[in-house]
Amino acid sequence: MFKEQIGKQSNKVKNVVERGAVKKFAEAIGDFHPIYFDEETGRKSRYQTNIAPPTFPRTFDYGDIEGFNLPNKGLIHGEQTFHYERPLKVGEEIFCYSKVKNYFEKKGNFGEMGFLILESFGEDAEGGLIFSSTSTVVISEAVRKVLVK
Amino acid sequence: MSTLTQLQVGESVTEIQLDPVSRMDLIKYSGASGDFNPIHTIDEEAKKAGLPGIIAHGMWTMGNLAKLFTAYYEEGFMKDYSIRFKGMVFLNDVIKLKATLKEKQDKNLRFTVQAVNQQGNEVLKGEVLYQQY
Repeated sequence: MFKEQIGKQSNKVKNVVERGAVKKFAEAIGDFHPIYFDEETGRKSRYQTNIAPPTFPRTFDYGDIEGFNLPNKGLIHGEQTFHYERPLKVGEEIFCYSKVKNYFEKKGNFGEMGFLILESFGEDAEGGLIFSSTSTVVISEAVRKVLVK
Repeated sequence: MSTLTQLQVGESVTEIQLDPVSRMDLIKYSGASGDFNPIHTIDEEAKKAGLPGIIAHGMWTMGNLAKLFTAYYEEGFMKDYSIRFKGMVFLNDVIKLKATLKEKQDKNLRFTVQAVNQQGNEVLKGEVLYQQY
């Protein structure tokens, strides 16, 4: 079901690292450091502007992968990675897309589990990589049965 | 502000203990992240999913843990941040966040990181590769 989707990817979507969104996100993870929202702290920093927390790419739109639909229920987030070339700066435009990296099934304690690995990317306007991330999503046998229907 | 440069292998950055997890924490994170999976905010939905109660987003805990490094932004940045989610975080859990320096190579500092609940169980563990400028 997900096997034939391996290698598929979405079209790039332009995202903006929005000042208000960064502030709200930083507050939601209880990180009140001024580097995330105080303009003067940002200006005086080596980045000359505010930056975003490392897990902020969670908020971006990565576009749709044709024919690929994940249920919004019954998924377990197993693993997550982020890789950065540099921190994200407030106000900049990031071009984001995702790719189905791998899918495999394994017998576990709860029956046959599906493991879906999604890879996401954020690039600058010239196509230079700023960050990439991978999410491993575990799909239980019960949920997969519903999906097949 | 102390610096990461002074840290020796085996030493840890200042640990953070979070306030007990509240429903409002998770409502806020849902809104800020756009992850509105109802098992994180609505009791009945969590029960329908076979859980004893609502659970925190794994990404909420992972986001919180990253703040161990925020203050060092002039020194470097998190180049790689990898986490495995090991256990669920429930309402009123008290989570401790830790990072210990494991290896130092030129400008790269490799930390093992973990989040532990009030029973001492690991809810998340992983690694941070911090690159100094």
